Amino acid sequence: MAFVQNFPFLSIILSLFSGPLCAVLDGKWARRVNGAVIAIIGILSVFVLKNVIPAGQPYVYRMGHFSAPWGNEIRVGVLEAFMACFFCVIMLLCMMGGIRERETEIEESKQNLYYVMVNLLLCSLLALIYTNDLFTAYVFVEINTISACGLIMIRQTGRTFEAATRYMIMSLLGSGLLLLGICYLYAVTGHLLMSNIREQVQLLAAGGQHHISLMVALGLMSVGLAIKSALYPFHAWLPDAYGYSTLSSSAILSSLVSKGYIFLLIKIFCRVIGFDVVTESKVVNVLFVFGIIGMIMGSWSAIKEKNLRRMIAFSSVAQIGYIYMGLGLATEAGIVASIYHVLSHAATKSLLFVAASGLSDASGGSDRYADITGAGFRNKLAGTAFLVGSLSMVGMPMFSGFISKLFFAQAAVGHAHKMLPTVIALAISTILNAVYFMKTVIRIYTPMGAYDAVKGDGTGKADGIGKTDGTGKADGIGKTDGTGKADGIGKADGTGKADGIGKRDGTGKTDRAEENGAGSERSASDWQEVGRTGRQVVIWEQPAKSAALICFILLNLILGLNSDPIMRLIQGGIEMFD
Amino acid sequence: MSRKIPEEKYQKTFSCQFRRWLEGAKDPFAGEVEMQKQAAFAESQEARERREQDEKLLNTKVYDLENNFEVRIFRRFYKVFSVLFCIFLVAMLLVAVSDLPVFGHAENPVNNEVAERYIEKGLEETGAVNIVTGMILDYRAFDTLGESHVLFIATCTVLILLRRDGEKEQALDEDNDRIHEPKDDVILQTAARILVPPIFLFGIYIILAGHLGPGGGFSGGAVIGAGLILYLNAFGFARTERFFTARTYRRMSFCALACYSLAKSYSFYTGANHIESVIPLGTPGAILSSGLILVLNICVGVVVAGTMYTFYVMFRKGGY
Repeated sequence: MAFVQNFPFLSIILSLFSGPLCAVLDGKWARRVNGAVIAIIGILSVFVLKNVIPAGQPYVYRMGHFSAPWGNEIRVGVLEAFMACFFCVIMLLCMMGGIRERETEIEESKQNLYYVMVNLLLCSLLALIYTNDLFTAYVFVEINTISACGLIMIRQTGRTFEAATRYMIMSLLGSGLLLLGICYLYAVTGHLLMSNIREQVQLLAAGGQHHISLMVALGLMSVGLAIKSALYPFHAWLPDAYGYSTLSSSAILSSLVSKGYIFLLIKIFCRVIGFDVVTESKVVNVLFVFGIIGMIMGSWSAIKEKNLRRMIAFSSVAQIGYIYMGLGLATEAGIVASIYHVLSHAATKSLLFVAASGLSDASGGSDRYADITGAGFRNKLAGTAFLVGSLSMVGMPMFSGFISKLFFAQAAVGHAHKMLPTVIALAISTILNAVYFMKTVIRIYTPMGAYDAVKGDGTGKADGIGKTDGTGKADGIGKTDGTGKADGIGKADGTGKADGIGKRDGTGKTDRAEENGAGSERSASDWQEVGRTGRQVVIWEQPAKSAALICFILLNLILGLNSDPIMRLIQGGIEMFD
Repeated sequence: MSRKIPEEKYQKTFSCQFRRWLEGAKDPFAGEVEMQKQAAFAESQEARERREQDEKLLNTKVYDLENNFEVRIFRRFYKVFSVLFCIFLVAMLLVAVSDLPVFGHAENPVNNEVAERYIEKGLEETGAVNIVTGMILDYRAFDTLGESHVLFIATCTVLILLRRDGEKEQALDEDNDRIHEPKDDVILQTAARILVPPIFLFGIYIILAGHLGPGGGFSGGAVIGAGLILYLNAFGFARTERFFTARTYRRMSFCALACYSLAKSYSFYTGANHIESVIPLGTPGAILSSGLILVLNICVGVVVAGTMYTFYVMFRKGGY
């Protein structure tokens, strides 16, 4: 066995090892270790990819002295190696983009724990990509869930606690359903190894035995992973989790965590159940319908949203809908399109999150829609990046989003029943995407002067009072928690936490109050009332974030202009699944 | 009748005290145990008003019930739909269960060559008398490696959520530290003094004998963690913090997990590259046998014990 073939195993173990290592280091060193580990794993994955492409077929790597059905094993093909490499690049860029936010938003003594979470998250993603065993996948799904929770709530505010709780409940429900599905599948096939399950499932399907339990298992696993990756009716946890966690967390969560689950689902469809059985079942149609509803409802919620980051989060719901729609087509072209959209969405959504934080840097740290007026002029790089991301999401040629939409349309054209709904949904969703992204782009490129005319027209003061009310309320809640503690209900209710809740609820309420009552003119005068001043942000002020933005833009252009080889690579990888 | 010992001395003898305790004349612990009665929970008028006001604000401002159509609809239909959904889910799962192969039947798909080899060759190939240990720590060691990291990361998440660091908060902790339980409870302390060493010994035995009989790192670690918690409750944080703090926990679990990762990397690497492992399996039944399993059991035990204790401390005090 060539030494290169050990690299997938080495990258899993390296990231696993660096998790506990970061727990004993201090924040600064943990950050360096984390960056180095991600970079090394990325480079290792490139070597694996270079090794596995000419070989033309996947290889299995057994973990230990016992071969496949008895021991564990991982399986390395073109698609797996490519995904690992891509995920490392995205993760490195996300971590680079959010350095300053992490330093200011995370407590000093908890910095290193953040890197513990990120390292183990990377490990679980790699294991999900490479694994050839359903139960191993489940174990690493657990690590993925818990570390994602940690990433959400490490920024200690009431909103993120609420979001993390919601995420935890939904995600554990998803894990439970996945585990139930695996149990059913194990009971009827007697195996946990993917290729062996597949043989047994083919036999069972041919003989028509245990049809109900097979379908229930498939349904449970699909629903479980759909909940975890926020398909439309299960998306309630998403906007808060993405909108209020620290920057690199939201970027990583939106672009990698949900994608890991989707990749696992694709593996289950293609490698565990077998594609023909999946196509016969009605589960794909359910995914298709909910994908289409998600595409439209997600965009609709994004249009109504007044907070920039929450808007981007709702846009994620729509994009996840695209991916599930592609899976629901249940053709190879549909799956290739879905995987391409996984790539393009990962590259674009993290770009948008980082660019949005750049825009709010230039607007006094506010995410609110009203405050980012003209931010594109104040932070030129972030403005350009946001423009690129928006155009890509809307689906302009040259950018990655266009290619995946084209693939979706192409995949739909040959389909007997699903062509019309797919094409109509694509058209409607594109228009809705354009509405909210172009609205934002116009907003960030509108000079402040355009709003000067309406300043100080009296209505603004009313809002100002509203805001004071908001903080008043927040104090109230904070105090109530305080008394709770004094009564001795539980010491676990920390003051720190209670304070956090108070503060954050206050701001939350403020946001809502304004959303409800304020039109755009009033928001503009709000600007004057709050006294938030926009400032010029130059490129070299935060070199890491600027570099990350530039890399993201380049990545987007590469995915958009150079789609043919990547497309062939994905197709080759899918064929290797068999 | 003459007494051999004077009355005063007789009062102090064990037999006299025991007789009086038996007759109910004397409570030997009266005056020696200081119990504080827990204050009944009484909400002041002011607090209640504030709570009601908060609730009202929550409904009117945050959820904006008047205008928020979705929340109103959601509240109205939530209960009905949740019940219906649960019934549907239960029915579906029951139907699927009835379709599964009959439990325990000899010709079930589960009883295939995989289980056969575990049972027939498990002892020979792993050297562990306890086949379950052989399975989780040798055949499927990668899963268990992930599982022990699940415990570690769960602890880290609890640390993120509950640990408090500020000086002011620490002073508050000192005050709060032992408000809710009796100070220097003689019953508890005596019981703990007697019980804690055997509990530790038993836990260590379970861990070390994991490859020889029922037991292993997970169960033994849980026993040791329970012993630590009992010790903490009897003697307070001041005593336990002399030897166990968050820093100790992190170093300990890093060492254990690193040891686990490195040991298993060696066996994964040699296994995958078809290199003969130099670790001898030993004679089955001996304490030093079955290759790496003993070491891995100890690592897992350390992580589990630390995790249990840290969970307890975090939820009770929020820092140590």
